[in-house]
Amino acid sequence: MANVLVWVEHDGAAVKDATLAAVTAAAKLGDVTALVAGSGVDGVAAAAAQIEGVAKVLKADDAALANALAENVAPLIVSLMAGYDAFVAPATTTGKNVAPRVAALLDVTQVSEILSVEGPKTFTRPIYAGNAIATVESADAKLVITVRGTAFAKANATGGSASVEAVSGAAESGLSTFVGSEIAKSERPELTSAKIIVSGGRALKDADTFASVITPLADKLGAAIGASRAAVDAGYVPNDYQVGQTGKIVAPEVYVAVGISGAIQHLAGMKDSKTIIAINKDE
Amino acid sequence: MKALVCVKRVIDYNVKPRVKADGTGVDLANVKMSMNPFDEIAVEEAIRLKEKGVVTEIVAVSVGPAKAQETLRTALAMGADRAILVQTDDDAEPLAVAKIVKAIADEEQPGLIITGKQAIDDDSNQVGQMVAALLGRPQGTFANEVSVEGDSVVVKREVDGGLETVKLALPAVVTTDLRLNEPRYASLPNIMKAKSKPLANKAPADYGVDTAPRLKTLKVSEPPVRVAGIKVADVDALVAKLKELGVA
Repeated sequence: MANVLVWVEHDGAAVKDATLAAVTAAAKLGDVTALVAGSGVDGVAAAAAQIEGVAKVLKADDAALANALAENVAPLIVSLMAGYDAFVAPATTTGKNVAPRVAALLDVTQVSEILSVEGPKTFTRPIYAGNAIATVESADAKLVITVRGTAFAKANATGGSASVEAVSGAAESGLSTFVGSEIAKSERPELTSAKIIVSGGRALKDADTFASVITPLADKLGAAIGASRAAVDAGYVPNDYQVGQTGKIVAPEVYVAVGISGAIQHLAGMKDSKTIIAINKDE
Repeated sequence: MKALVCVKRVIDYNVKPRVKADGTGVDLANVKMSMNPFDEIAVEEAIRLKEKGVVTEIVAVSVGPAKAQETLRTALAMGADRAILVQTDDDAEPLAVAKIVKAIADEEQPGLIITGKQAIDDDSNQVGQMVAALLGRPQGTFANEVSVEGDSVVVKREVDGGLETVKLALPAVVTTDLRLNEPRYASLPNIMKAKSKPLANKAPADYGVDTAPRLKTLKVSEPPVRVAGIKVADVDALVAKLKELGVA
Protein backbone atom coordinates (compact mmCIF):
# COMPACT_ATOMS: atom_id res chain seq x y z
CA MET A 1 0.00 0.00 0.00
CA ALA A 2 1.09 3.50 -0.77
CA ASN A 3 1.59 6.20 1.84
CA VAL A 4 -0.59 9.20 1.16
CA LEU A 5 -0.28 12.67 2.68
CA VAL A 6 -3.54 14.64 2.75
CA TRP A 7 -3.72 18.42 3.11
CA VAL A 8 -6.20 19.39 5.81
CA GLU A 9 -8.16 22.50 4.83
CA HIS A 10 -9.12 24.48 7.91
CA ASP A 11 -9.91 27.97 9.10
CA GLY A 12 -7.76 27.79 12.22
CA ALA A 13 -10.58 26.29 14.29
CA ALA A 14 -12.41 23.58 12.35
CA VAL A 15 -11.66 21.11 9.57
CA LYS A 16 -13.42 22.10 6.35
CA ASP A 17 -15.75 19.56 4.69
CA ALA A 18 -13.68 19.46 1.51
CA THR A 19 -10.97 17.63 3.47
CA LEU A 20 -13.35 14.75 4.22
CA ALA A 21 -13.89 14.07 0.52
CA ALA A 22 -10.13 14.23 -0.06
CA VAL A 23 -9.62 11.63 2.70
CA THR A 24 -12.10 9.30 0.98
CA ALA A 25 -10.21 9.66 -2.31
CA ALA A 26 -6.84 9.23 -0.61
CA ALA A 27 -7.98 6.10 1.23
CA LYS A 28 -8.49 4.45 -2.18
CA LEU A 29 -4.76 4.92 -2.80
CA GLY A 30 -3.28 3.80 0.49
CA ASP A 31 -2.65 4.64 4.14
CA VAL A 32 -3.74 8.17 4.93
CA THR A 33 -1.69 10.64 6.94
CA ALA A 34 -3.30 14.03 7.45
CA LEU A 35 -1.17 17.18 7.47
CA VAL A 36 -2.44 20.03 9.62
CA ALA A 37 -0.37 23.13 8.98
CA GLY A 38 -0.96 26.51 10.55
CA SER A 39 -0.41 28.56 13.65
CA GLY A 40 -2.13 27.43 16.87
CA VAL A 41 -3.70 24.37 15.33
CA ASP A 42 -3.93 21.93 18.27
CA GLY A 43 -7.71 21.90 17.99
CA VAL A 44 -7.68 21.26 14.27
CA ALA A 45 -5.14 18.45 14.68
CA ALA A 46 -7.32 16.84 17.34
CA ALA A 47 -10.33 17.08 15.03
CA ALA A 48 -8.35 15.66 12.11
CA ALA A 49 -7.35 12.69 14.28
CA GLN A 50 -11.05 11.85 14.65
CA ILE A 51 -11.66 11.53 10.91
CA GLU A 52 -12.38 7.96 9.97
CA GLY A 53 -9.69 6.54 7.70
CA VAL A 54 -6.88 8.78 8.93
CA ALA A 55 -4.03 6.67 10.33
CA LYS A 56 -1.80 9.47 11.51
CA VAL A 57 -1.86 13.25 11.84
CA LEU A 58 1.19 15.41 11.29
CA LYS A 59 0.92 18.76 13.01
CA ALA A 60 3.09 21.58 11.74
CA ASP A 61 2.56 24.51 14.08
CA ASP A 62 4.53 27.59 13.15
CA ALA A 63 3.82 31.29 12.75
CA ALA A 64 5.18 31.05 9.17
CA LEU A 65 2.36 28.63 8.28
CA ALA A 66 -0.50 30.88 9.32
CA ASN A 67 -2.78 31.76 6.39
CA ALA A 68 -1.32 28.90 4.31
CA LEU A 69 0.96 31.05 2.16
CA ALA A 70 2.11 28.75 -0.66
CA GLU A 71 5.68 30.07 -0.49
CA ASN A 72 6.03 28.85 3.12
CA VAL A 73 3.82 25.77 3.03
CA ALA A 74 5.09 24.13 -0.19
CA PRO A 75 8.72 23.61 0.94
CA LEU A 76 7.47 21.98 4.17
CA ILE A 77 5.26 19.57 2.21
CA VAL A 78 8.09 18.81 -0.21
CA SER A 79 10.40 17.94 2.71
CA LEU A 80 7.74 15.61 4.16
CA MET A 81 7.13 13.95 0.80
CA ALA A 82 10.37 11.93 1.12
CA GLY A 83 8.29 9.47 3.12
CA TYR A 84 5.13 9.52 0.99
CA ASP A 85 4.06 8.31 -2.44
CA ALA A 86 1.24 10.78 -2.99
CA PHE A 87 0.11 14.24 -1.91
CA VAL A 88 -3.63 14.79 -2.02
CA ALA A 89 -5.37 18.14 -1.51
CA PRO A 90 -9.00 19.16 -1.88
CA ALA A 91 -9.58 21.31 -4.98
CA THR A 92 -10.36 24.41 -2.93
CA THR A 93 -8.66 27.75 -3.60
CA THR A 94 -6.01 26.84 -1.02
CA GLY A 95 -5.45 23.37 -2.48
CA LYS A 96 -5.23 24.78 -6.01
CA ASN A 97 -2.78 27.42 -4.82
CA VAL A 98 -0.42 25.09 -2.97
CA ALA A 99 -0.52 21.73 -4.78
CA PRO A 100 0.95 22.80 -8.17
CA ARG A 101 3.80 24.53 -6.35
CA VAL A 102 4.51 21.26 -4.52
CA ALA A 103 4.28 19.30 -7.78
CA ALA A 104 6.75 21.54 -9.60
CA LEU A 105 9.23 21.35 -6.69
CA LEU A 106 8.97 17.54 -6.82
CA ASP A 107 9.29 17.69 -10.64
CA VAL A 108 6.04 15.82 -11.19
CA THR A 109 2.93 16.79 -13.08
CA GLN A 110 -0.26 17.33 -11.11
CA VAL A 111 -3.55 15.58 -11.68
CA SER A 112 -6.17 18.30 -11.10
CA GLU A 113 -9.71 17.85 -9.74
CA ILE A 114 -10.01 14.08 -9.97
CA LEU A 115 -13.51 12.58 -10.13
CA SER A 116 -12.56 8.97 -9.42
CA VAL A 117 -9.67 6.67 -8.63
CA GLU A 118 -9.48 3.94 -11.28
CA GLY A 119 -6.18 2.37 -10.29
CA PRO A 120 -3.01 3.10 -8.30
CA LYS A 121 -2.01 5.75 -10.86
CA THR A 122 -5.14 6.05 -12.98
CA PHE A 123 -7.80 8.70 -12.47
CA THR A 124 -10.68 10.38 -14.24
CA ARG A 125 -10.92 14.15 -14.46
CA PRO A 126 -13.14 16.63 -16.25
CA ILE A 127 -11.79 18.72 -19.15
CA TYR A 128 -13.38 21.38 -21.38
CA ALA A 129 -15.65 22.69 -18.62
CA GLY A 130 -16.88 19.19 -17.84
CA ASN A 131 -17.93 18.48 -21.43
CA ALA A 132 -15.51 15.56 -21.56
CA ILE A 133 -14.11 13.16 -19.00
CA ALA A 134 -10.48 12.11 -19.44
CA THR A 135 -9.05 8.93 -17.97
CA VAL A 136 -5.37 9.61 -17.29
CA GLU A 137 -2.46 7.55 -16.04
CA SER A 138 0.50 9.21 -14.37
CA ALA A 139 4.02 8.08 -15.22
CA ASP A 140 5.56 10.00 -12.31
CA ALA A 141 7.15 8.30 -9.31
CA LYS A 142 5.18 10.44 -6.87
CA LEU A 143 1.63 11.66 -7.32
CA VAL A 144 0.25 15.12 -6.63
CA ILE A 145 -3.54 15.21 -6.84
CA THR A 146 -6.36 17.62 -6.14
CA VAL A 147 -9.79 16.15 -5.46
CA ARG A 148 -13.14 17.52 -6.56
CA GLY A 149 -15.12 17.57 -3.33
CA THR A 150 -18.49 16.80 -4.88
CA ALA A 151 -17.23 13.64 -6.60
CA PHE A 152 -16.41 11.69 -3.44
CA ALA A 153 -18.46 10.77 -0.37
CA LYS A 154 -17.32 12.56 2.76
CA ALA A 155 -15.40 10.46 5.28
CA ASN A 156 -16.98 10.36 8.75
CA ALA A 157 -15.69 13.26 10.80
CA THR A 158 -15.72 11.11 13.94
CA GLY A 159 -14.88 7.51 14.75
CA GLY A 160 -11.18 7.62 13.98
CA SER A 161 -8.40 7.64 16.54
CA ALA A 162 -5.20 8.66 14.84
CA SER A 163 -2.07 9.64 16.70
CA VAL A 164 -0.86 13.22 16.42
CA GLU A 165 2.81 13.80 15.74
CA ALA A 166 4.40 17.23 15.65
CA VAL A 167 6.67 18.00 12.73
CA SER A 168 8.96 20.96 12.27
CA GLY A 169 10.91 22.38 9.38
CA ALA A 170 8.66 25.28 8.48
CA ALA A 171 10.43 28.52 7.68
CA GLU A 172 9.50 32.04 6.66
CA SER A 173 10.42 32.39 2.99
CA GLY A 174 10.48 36.15 3.15
CA LEU A 175 8.81 36.23 -0.27
CA SER A 176 5.24 36.97 0.71
CA THR A 177 3.21 38.42 3.54
CA PHE A 178 -0.45 38.09 4.40
CA VAL A 179 -2.05 41.53 4.57
CA GLY A 180 -5.67 40.78 5.39
CA SER A 181 -8.90 39.18 4.27
CA GLU A 182 -12.50 40.08 3.68
CA ILE A 183 -14.44 36.93 4.36
CA ALA A 184 -18.16 37.18 3.68
CA LYS A 185 -20.13 36.36 6.83
CA SER A 186 -22.97 33.97 6.24
CA GLU A 187 -25.38 32.07 8.45
CA ARG A 188 -26.32 29.87 5.54
CA PRO A 189 -24.94 26.44 4.68
CA GLU A 190 -21.66 26.62 2.79
CA LEU A 191 -22.29 26.63 -0.96
CA THR A 192 -20.10 23.65 -1.80
CA SER A 193 -21.59 21.39 0.87
CA ALA A 194 -25.24 22.53 0.86
CA LYS A 195 -28.00 19.99 0.16
CA ILE A 196 -30.17 22.58 -1.57
CA ILE A 197 -29.00 25.58 -3.57
CA VAL A 198 -31.08 28.42 -4.96
CA SER A 199 -29.22 30.31 -7.66
CA GLY A 200 -30.09 33.54 -9.41
CA GLY A 201 -28.97 35.03 -12.69
CA ARG A 202 -29.08 38.22 -14.70
CA ALA A 203 -32.89 38.17 -14.93
CA LEU A 204 -33.14 39.12 -11.25
CA LYS A 205 -32.52 42.70 -12.46
CA ASP A 206 -30.74 44.20 -9.43
CA ALA A 207 -29.36 43.46 -5.98
CA ASP A 208 -32.65 44.33 -4.25
CA THR A 209 -34.75 42.08 -6.44
CA PHE A 210 -32.19 39.32 -6.02
CA ALA A 211 -32.43 39.65 -2.25
CA SER A 212 -36.23 39.86 -2.23
CA VAL A 213 -36.77 36.90 -4.58
CA ILE A 214 -33.94 34.47 -3.83
CA THR A 215 -33.36 35.01 -0.12
CA PRO A 216 -36.86 34.11 1.19
CA LEU A 217 -36.97 30.96 -0.94
CA ALA A 218 -33.51 29.95 0.25
CA ASP A 219 -34.55 30.63 3.87
CA LYS A 220 -37.64 28.49 3.47
CA LEU A 221 -35.65 25.60 2.01
CA GLY A 222 -32.65 25.99 4.31
CA ALA A 223 -30.65 26.42 1.14
CA ALA A 224 -27.39 28.09 0.19
CA ILE A 225 -27.49 30.92 -2.33
CA GLY A 226 -25.60 30.76 -5.60
CA ALA A 227 -25.36 32.98 -8.63
CA SER A 228 -24.34 33.05 -12.27
CA ARG A 229 -21.43 35.13 -13.49
CA ALA A 230 -23.83 37.70 -14.92
CA ALA A 231 -25.39 38.26 -11.48
CA VAL A 232 -21.97 38.63 -9.87
CA ASP A 233 -20.62 40.96 -12.56
CA ALA A 234 -23.71 43.12 -12.24
CA GLY A 235 -23.05 43.39 -8.51
CA TYR A 236 -26.17 41.60 -7.25
CA VAL A 237 -24.04 39.38 -4.99
CA PRO A 238 -20.33 38.93 -4.08
CA ASN A 239 -17.88 36.89 -6.19
CA ASP A 240 -17.80 33.89 -3.92
CA TYR A 241 -21.44 33.12 -4.77
CA GLN A 242 -20.50 32.28 -8.34
CA VAL A 243 -21.26 28.74 -9.50
CA GLY A 244 -19.50 27.49 -12.64
CA GLN A 245 -16.26 26.54 -14.34
CA THR A 246 -14.41 29.42 -12.73
CA GLY A 247 -16.48 29.69 -9.59
CA LYS A 248 -17.56 26.92 -7.27
CA ILE A 249 -18.40 23.39 -8.36
CA VAL A 250 -21.48 22.14 -6.57
CA ALA A 251 -23.58 18.97 -6.63
CA PRO A 252 -26.49 19.38 -4.23
CA GLU A 253 -29.61 17.24 -3.99
CA VAL A 254 -31.65 20.09 -5.45
CA TYR A 255 -30.41 22.99 -7.54
CA VAL A 256 -32.92 25.72 -8.32
CA ALA A 257 -31.82 27.99 -11.17
CA VAL A 258 -33.84 31.19 -11.35
CA GLY A 259 -33.37 33.46 -14.34
CA ILE A 260 -30.24 31.64 -15.55
CA SER A 261 -29.91 30.80 -19.26
CA GLY A 262 -27.60 27.82 -18.71
CA ALA A 263 -24.32 28.73 -20.44
CA ILE A 264 -21.66 26.01 -20.77
CA GLN A 265 -19.55 27.70 -18.09
CA HIS A 266 -22.43 27.75 -15.59
CA LEU A 267 -23.47 24.15 -16.27
CA ALA A 268 -19.87 23.08 -15.61
CA GLY A 269 -20.41 24.03 -11.99
CA MET A 270 -23.76 22.38 -11.27
CA LYS A 271 -24.70 19.72 -13.78
CA ASP A 272 -23.96 16.89 -11.35
CA SER A 273 -26.75 18.08 -9.05
CA LYS A 274 -29.27 15.32 -8.35
CA THR A 275 -32.39 17.28 -9.24
CA ILE A 276 -32.25 20.51 -11.22
CA ILE A 277 -35.20 22.91 -11.34
CA ALA A 278 -35.20 25.77 -13.81
CA ILE A 279 -37.49 28.75 -13.48
CA ASN A 280 -37.16 30.67 -16.68
CA LYS A 281 -39.27 32.79 -19.00
CA ASP A 282 -37.36 31.74 -22.09
CA GLU A 283 -38.88 28.40 -23.15
CA MET B 1 10.22 46.64 -15.32
CA LYS B 2 9.51 44.06 -17.95
CA ALA B 3 6.34 41.97 -17.88
CA LEU B 4 6.08 38.46 -19.30
CA VAL B 5 2.57 37.35 -20.25
CA CYS B 6 1.72 33.72 -21.04
CA VAL B 7 -1.09 33.09 -23.53
CA LYS B 8 -2.63 29.87 -24.80
CA ARG B 9 -4.57 29.05 -27.94
CA VAL B 10 -7.68 27.12 -26.93
CA ILE B 11 -11.09 26.19 -28.26
CA ASP B 12 -13.36 29.25 -28.26
CA TYR B 13 -15.28 29.42 -24.99
CA ASN B 14 -18.65 29.56 -26.77
CA VAL B 15 -18.11 26.30 -28.64
CA LYS B 16 -19.56 23.14 -27.18
CA PRO B 17 -16.73 20.61 -27.38
CA ARG B 18 -17.41 17.24 -29.01
CA VAL B 19 -15.72 14.07 -27.91
CA LYS B 20 -14.30 12.01 -30.80
CA ALA B 21 -16.13 8.75 -31.39
CA ASP B 22 -12.96 6.69 -30.89
CA GLY B 23 -12.42 8.19 -27.42
CA THR B 24 -8.96 9.60 -28.16
CA GLY B 25 -9.81 13.19 -27.39
CA VAL B 26 -11.94 16.18 -28.22
CA ASP B 27 -12.47 16.96 -31.90
CA LEU B 28 -10.64 20.21 -32.64
CA ALA B 29 -10.69 19.96 -36.45
CA ASN B 30 -12.51 22.96 -37.95
CA VAL B 31 -13.41 24.34 -34.54
CA LYS B 32 -13.06 28.03 -33.78
CA MET B 33 -10.00 28.70 -31.63
CA SER B 34 -9.27 31.84 -29.59
CA MET B 35 -7.04 33.19 -26.86
CA ASN B 36 -7.85 31.62 -23.50
CA PRO B 37 -10.18 34.15 -21.78
CA PHE B 38 -8.07 34.34 -18.61
CA ASP B 39 -5.00 35.11 -20.73
CA GLU B 40 -6.79 38.06 -22.35
CA ILE B 41 -7.26 39.39 -18.84
CA ALA B 42 -3.53 38.82 -18.20
CA VAL B 43 -2.55 40.75 -21.35
CA GLU B 44 -4.95 43.56 -20.43
CA GLU B 45 -3.48 43.84 -16.94
CA ALA B 46 0.06 44.06 -18.31
CA ILE B 47 -1.03 46.81 -20.70
CA ARG B 48 -2.73 48.73 -17.90
CA LEU B 49 0.46 48.52 -15.82
CA LYS B 50 2.38 49.83 -18.82
CA GLU B 51 -0.08 52.68 -19.20
CA LYS B 52 0.52 53.53 -15.54
CA GLY B 53 4.26 53.65 -16.24
CA VAL B 54 5.02 50.66 -14.01
CA VAL B 55 5.85 48.28 -16.85
CA THR B 56 8.20 49.30 -19.64
CA GLU B 57 7.96 46.34 -22.00
CA ILE B 58 5.48 43.50 -22.46
CA VAL B 59 6.65 40.17 -23.85
CA ALA B 60 3.92 37.66 -24.79
CA VAL B 61 4.82 33.97 -24.75
CA SER B 62 2.92 30.99 -26.09
CA VAL B 63 3.81 27.31 -26.15
CA GLY B 64 1.91 25.39 -28.80
CA PRO B 65 1.41 24.62 -32.48
CA ALA B 66 2.40 26.96 -35.35
CA LYS B 67 -1.11 28.45 -35.27
CA ALA B 68 -0.53 29.78 -31.76
CA GLN B 69 1.14 32.60 -33.71
CA GLU B 70 -2.35 34.02 -34.30
CA THR B 71 -2.90 34.12 -30.55
CA LEU B 72 0.37 35.99 -30.09
CA ARG B 73 -0.58 38.45 -32.86
CA THR B 74 -3.80 39.10 -30.92
CA ALA B 75 -1.75 39.88 -27.81
CA LEU B 76 0.48 42.18 -29.91
CA ALA B 77 -2.58 43.90 -31.34
CA MET B 78 -3.91 44.49 -27.82
CA GLY B 79 -0.65 46.18 -26.84
CA ALA B 80 2.15 43.69 -26.16
CA ASP B 81 5.54 44.81 -27.54
CA ARG B 82 6.96 41.54 -28.81
CA ALA B 83 6.23 37.84 -28.76
CA ILE B 84 7.95 34.49 -28.42
CA LEU B 85 6.40 31.35 -29.85
CA VAL B 86 7.78 28.09 -28.53
CA GLN B 87 6.53 25.74 -31.16
CA THR B 88 5.65 22.13 -30.40
CA ASP B 89 3.02 19.76 -31.69
CA ASP B 90 3.01 17.87 -28.40
CA ASP B 91 0.09 18.76 -26.19
CA ALA B 92 2.47 20.37 -23.70
CA GLU B 93 1.51 19.77 -20.06
CA PRO B 94 1.61 22.51 -17.42
CA LEU B 95 4.94 21.28 -16.00
CA ALA B 96 6.65 21.44 -19.42
CA VAL B 97 5.14 24.88 -20.14
CA ALA B 98 6.29 26.08 -16.73
CA LYS B 99 9.85 24.89 -17.42
CA ILE B 100 9.91 26.74 -20.75
CA VAL B 101 8.54 29.90 -19.16
CA LYS B 102 11.14 29.60 -16.41
CA ALA B 103 13.92 29.39 -19.00
CA ILE B 104 12.55 32.42 -20.84
CA ALA B 105 12.26 34.31 -17.55
CA ASP B 106 15.91 33.51 -16.80
CA GLU B 107 16.83 35.17 -20.12
CA GLU B 108 14.41 38.08 -20.04
CA GLN B 109 14.48 38.81 -16.29
CA PRO B 110 10.88 40.13 -16.08
CA GLY B 111 9.72 41.83 -12.88
CA LEU B 112 6.27 40.37 -13.26
CA ILE B 113 5.00 37.21 -14.92
CA ILE B 114 1.27 37.22 -15.55
CA THR B 115 -0.70 34.11 -16.55
CA GLY B 116 -4.39 33.24 -16.60
CA LYS B 117 -5.59 31.23 -13.60
CA GLN B 118 -6.51 28.29 -15.81
CA ALA B 119 -6.92 27.31 -19.44
CA ILE B 120 -10.48 26.45 -20.37
CA ASP B 121 -9.43 23.33 -22.29
CA ASP B 122 -7.50 21.23 -19.78
CA ASP B 123 -8.85 23.14 -16.72
CA SER B 124 -5.59 22.36 -14.90
CA ASN B 125 -4.93 25.61 -13.01
CA GLN B 126 -1.23 24.83 -12.56
CA VAL B 127 1.15 26.78 -14.82
CA GLY B 128 1.44 30.02 -12.80
CA GLN B 129 2.05 28.21 -9.52
CA MET B 130 4.62 25.93 -11.19
CA VAL B 131 6.49 28.83 -12.77
CA ALA B 132 6.67 30.54 -9.37
CA ALA B 133 7.94 27.33 -7.78
CA LEU B 134 10.63 26.74 -10.41
CA LEU B 135 11.84 30.34 -10.18
CA GLY B 136 11.66 30.29 -6.37
CA ARG B 137 9.51 33.43 -6.52
CA PRO B 138 6.21 34.31 -4.77
CA GLN B 139 2.81 33.76 -6.39
CA GLY B 140 -0.38 35.80 -6.34
CA THR B 141 -3.00 33.41 -7.69
CA PHE B 142 -6.62 34.22 -8.65
CA ALA B 143 -5.92 37.97 -8.68
CA ASN B 144 -8.85 40.35 -8.40
CA GLU B 145 -6.71 43.47 -8.02
CA VAL B 146 -3.01 44.09 -8.63
CA SER B 147 -0.99 47.12 -7.57
CA VAL B 148 2.77 47.53 -7.72
CA GLU B 149 4.20 49.42 -4.75
CA GLY B 150 7.95 49.96 -4.95
CA ASP B 151 9.72 46.62 -4.92
CA SER B 152 6.63 44.61 -4.10
CA VAL B 153 3.24 43.87 -5.59
CA VAL B 154 0.01 43.78 -3.59
CA VAL B 155 -2.46 41.23 -4.88
CA LYS B 156 -6.06 40.92 -3.79
CA ARG B 157 -7.04 37.27 -4.35
CA GLU B 158 -10.41 35.59 -4.83
CA VAL B 159 -10.58 32.78 -2.27
CA ASP B 160 -13.42 30.45 -1.28
CA GLY B 161 -14.96 32.58 1.46
CA GLY B 162 -14.30 36.02 -0.04
CA LEU B 163 -11.14 37.99 -0.75
CA GLU B 164 -7.66 37.95 0.72
CA THR B 165 -4.74 40.31 0.22
CA VAL B 166 -1.09 39.33 0.03
CA LYS B 167 2.06 41.36 -0.52
CA LEU B 168 4.72 39.74 -2.68
CA ALA B 169 8.36 40.64 -3.18
CA LEU B 170 9.17 41.35 -6.84
CA PRO B 171 9.85 39.60 -9.14
CA ALA B 172 6.60 37.71 -8.72
CA VAL B 173 4.08 35.58 -10.59
CA VAL B 174 0.43 36.63 -10.78
CA THR B 175 -2.46 34.56 -12.15
CA THR B 176 -5.60 36.38 -13.20
CA ASP B 177 -9.17 35.75 -12.15
CA LEU B 178 -12.23 36.82 -14.13
CA ARG B 179 -12.86 40.05 -12.31
CA LEU B 180 -9.39 41.55 -12.52
CA ASN B 181 -10.37 43.65 -15.53
CA GLU B 182 -12.37 43.86 -18.74
CA PRO B 183 -10.02 43.09 -21.66
CA ARG B 184 -9.99 45.59 -24.54
CA TYR B 185 -10.68 44.74 -28.16
CA ALA B 186 -7.88 45.10 -30.66
CA SER B 187 -8.69 47.84 -33.17
CA LEU B 188 -8.13 47.30 -36.89
CA PRO B 189 -5.16 49.70 -37.14
CA ASN B 190 -3.57 47.95 -34.15
CA ILE B 191 -4.15 44.54 -35.74
CA MET B 192 -2.31 45.82 -38.82
CA LYS B 193 0.52 47.27 -36.73
CA ALA B 194 0.81 44.00 -34.80
CA LYS B 195 1.83 42.24 -38.00
CA SER B 196 5.13 44.11 -38.00
CA LYS B 197 5.95 43.64 -34.33
CA PRO B 198 8.74 41.12 -33.61
CA LEU B 199 7.76 37.49 -33.09
CA ALA B 200 10.58 35.06 -32.29
CA ASN B 201 10.14 31.44 -33.26
CA LYS B 202 11.69 28.94 -30.86
CA ALA B 203 11.52 25.25 -30.02
CA PRO B 204 11.35 23.56 -26.61
CA ALA B 205 14.81 22.11 -27.31
CA ASP B 206 16.20 25.68 -27.39
CA TYR B 207 15.39 25.78 -23.69
CA GLY B 208 16.38 22.18 -23.02
CA VAL B 209 12.83 21.14 -22.14
CA ASP B 210 11.22 17.84 -23.08
CA THR B 211 7.50 18.34 -23.79
CA ALA B 212 6.58 14.64 -23.95
CA PRO B 213 3.52 14.13 -21.70
CA ARG B 214 3.92 12.55 -18.28
CA LEU B 215 0.21 11.97 -17.99
CA LYS B 216 -0.99 9.38 -20.44
CA THR B 217 -4.57 9.95 -21.60
CA LEU B 218 -6.08 6.49 -21.80
CA LYS B 219 -9.54 7.57 -22.87
CA VAL B 220 -11.75 10.61 -23.30
CA SER B 221 -15.46 10.03 -22.94
CA GLU B 222 -18.70 11.95 -22.89
CA PRO B 223 -19.98 12.83 -19.43
CA PRO B 224 -23.02 10.81 -18.34
CA VAL B 225 -26.20 12.06 -20.02
CA ARG B 226 -29.07 13.23 -17.83
CA VAL B 227 -32.50 11.79 -18.40
CA ALA B 228 -34.82 14.30 -20.00
CA GLY B 229 -36.76 16.47 -17.57
CA ILE B 230 -40.38 17.44 -17.40
CA LYS B 231 -42.09 20.80 -17.56
CA VAL B 232 -44.73 21.57 -14.97
CA ALA B 233 -47.62 23.95 -15.55
CA ASP B 234 -47.62 25.92 -12.30
CA VAL B 235 -46.04 26.28 -8.87
CA ASP B 236 -48.40 23.79 -7.21
CA ALA B 237 -47.48 21.12 -9.72
CA LEU B 238 -43.78 21.84 -9.12
CA VAL B 239 -44.12 21.55 -5.35
CA ALA B 240 -46.25 18.40 -5.68
CA LYS B 241 -43.63 16.82 -7.95
CA LEU B 242 -40.83 17.71 -5.53
CA LYS B 243 -42.74 16.19 -2.63
CA GLU B 244 -43.34 13.07 -4.69
CA LEU B 245 -39.60 12.79 -5.34
CA GLY B 246 -38.95 13.45 -1.68
CA VAL B 247 -36.34 16.10 -2.39
CA ALA B 248 -37.85 19.05 -0.56
